[in-house]
Amino acid sequence: MEEKKFMKGCEAVAEAAVRAGCRFFAGYPITPQNAVPEYLARRLPQVNGVFMQGESEVASSNMVFGGAAAGKRSLLSSSSCGISLMSETVSWMALCRLPVVVCNFQRGGPGIGSIQPSQQDYNQATRALGNGGYRMIVLAPADIQEAVDMTYEAFDLADKYSEPTMVLLDGFTGSLMEPVTLPPMKSEEEVKAIEASKPWVPTGNKGTFHRVFFHKPAPIQNGEDAEMYEKWKETEVQYETDGLEDAKLVVTSYGVSARIAESAVEVLRAEGYKLGFIRAKRIYPFPEAAFEEINYDQVKGILDVEMSQPAQYAEDVKAAVRKRAPIETCLTSGGVIIDRDDIVAAIRDMYERKVGE
Amino acid sequence: MMKQITKIPAAIDLEKGSNDFCPGCLHSASFKIVSQTLDEMGLFDKSAYVQGVGCCANALGYIRIDTIACPHGRGCAVAGAMKRCMPDTFIMTYQGDGDLAAIGMAETMHSANRGDNITVIFVNNGIYGMTGGQLAPTTLLGARTTTTPFGRNANEHGYPMHMCELINTLEAPSYIARVTCTDPANIRKAQKCVRDAFQHQLDGKGFSFVEFISNCPTNWGMTPLQSLDHIKNVVLNEYPLGVFRDK
Repeated sequence: MEEKKFMKGCEAVAEAAVRAGCRFFAGYPITPQNAVPEYLARRLPQVNGVFMQGESEVASSNMVFGGAAAGKRSLLSSSSCGISLMSETVSWMALCRLPVVVCNFQRGGPGIGSIQPSQQDYNQATRALGNGGYRMIVLAPADIQEAVDMTYEAFDLADKYSEPTMVLLDGFTGSLMEPVTLPPMKSEEEVKAIEASKPWVPTGNKGTFHRVFFHKPAPIQNGEDAEMYEKWKETEVQYETDGLEDAKLVVTSYGVSARIAESAVEVLRAEGYKLGFIRAKRIYPFPEAAFEEINYDQVKGILDVEMSQPAQYAEDVKAAVRKRAPIETCLTSGGVIIDRDDIVAAIRDMYERKVGE
Repeated sequence: MMKQITKIPAAIDLEKGSNDFCPGCLHSASFKIVSQTLDEMGLFDKSAYVQGVGCCANALGYIRIDTIACPHGRGCAVAGAMKRCMPDTFIMTYQGDGDLAAIGMAETMHSANRGDNITVIFVNNGIYGMTGGQLAPTTLLGARTTTTPFGRNANEHGYPMHMCELINTLEAPSYIARVTCTDPANIRKAQKCVRDAFQHQLDGKGFSFVEFISNCPTNWGMTPLQSLDHIKNVVLNEYPLGVFRDK
């Protein structure tokens, strides 16, 4: 049964995880995602799940390694510098091809940065958290409803590919409260069936030798993983476009800044500006196809909006646009939430210079 | 008629290959005791083995037991979580001194303090074997390693760390013992301690810990027999054997 509630972003994500069948969580306190472990400390025991508070991010992520190895749908959640500490384990889980959902409620950086929202972990998320050059599907919700839906979906993706999957959020979406429609609760039977579908769980030898590690020689596994990542570029791309048909300028963004940018686009369209809008719903694999929908004879420029200095998402946009249109940026960083008025001003300025009128 | 007087433990598969331990290394003895005990107690078919990073990984060539090889030092965090998720599976870690006492000190102590219902086998040879003989937290004072070429000196490197004694300061752990495999009498004592530790987990008593004082002929620069004498005459003075706790 779907259910509508007024919820805080972190708690809504945690509840979505439980409804998706998550039965293991371990975490370590870090602002701005403390509501995730706090919620799950009460919630998981109600569904016979296991909650642990580790002595560090390193320990917590390894507990999640254990939970995933035991066949439980497992959630890893932290923020920016905490995610950095967990990266070694996520890299090992990619090696072992263990499914896990990783939520990063981004804050400012580098290092301890600030506790306010940012989008400064784009490269870390899309290039690989740890060593070895592995990739994850990275979902980038723009509001709490999408955060809930994408977290729910991320557990299916993690199991489908038996691979770490990331939901890249931000402290803003985690701390906000909004009405949200919760996805259906998976029944105990469904959860048991999911757990039973993992034949590699080490419950004892039972006549066959299996172990969760180096399940294939590294050169062979690397090659197979690379093929899987290539296939994702055909099957796992998700984006949204709007108004590209008659656009003279295109605004592009992702996550929370896309939510704000979209609203700025609406303001200016009402004044007659011909604006297109592209939002990456998943940032890996990157939606190159969205930028092929642009009519480059008509579009005079592209404005990248993101909460990171230097810009990171813009680098992927640049690679997709291949110099067919000039790209400019509208940025904040270090924990400053981007202001709609500043985006409106940036669009207005670029439009006047590139399109005229 | 031929009579079978010995049996290779189920966890060891000699057809698969051999282990990669150096000649004279006591890892093969401690791993054999662990494997034999799994057989004796009927645990082989319901065990998961969490393996550290270091020389213990040299067993991978000849073992057939469900194995989780986890990041360096994190064995207790992984094992503790697994046990909570699958309480009917027998879960043990097998870790060296660099793994358990240096990089994994936090995970080890906090798992012990939570009283995770797992068994930890700790193999202490006072040196980093696999990486070529560097200073370990357990290295004896005066011992030359590749990173203490003039010998471990307390002013600069601190003193050897005693894991059994450290864990024995905590309330939760239920079984703590230190053993060695230098001679038949000690091997029998080690077998009993491993069996008792396993029983603690089966009884749900919590964290059980067995430390094996081991050798490293290769990096100690000794013959295997000299290394056994060194354990008896020198190492055991620093690390006394015995059962520290049996709740």
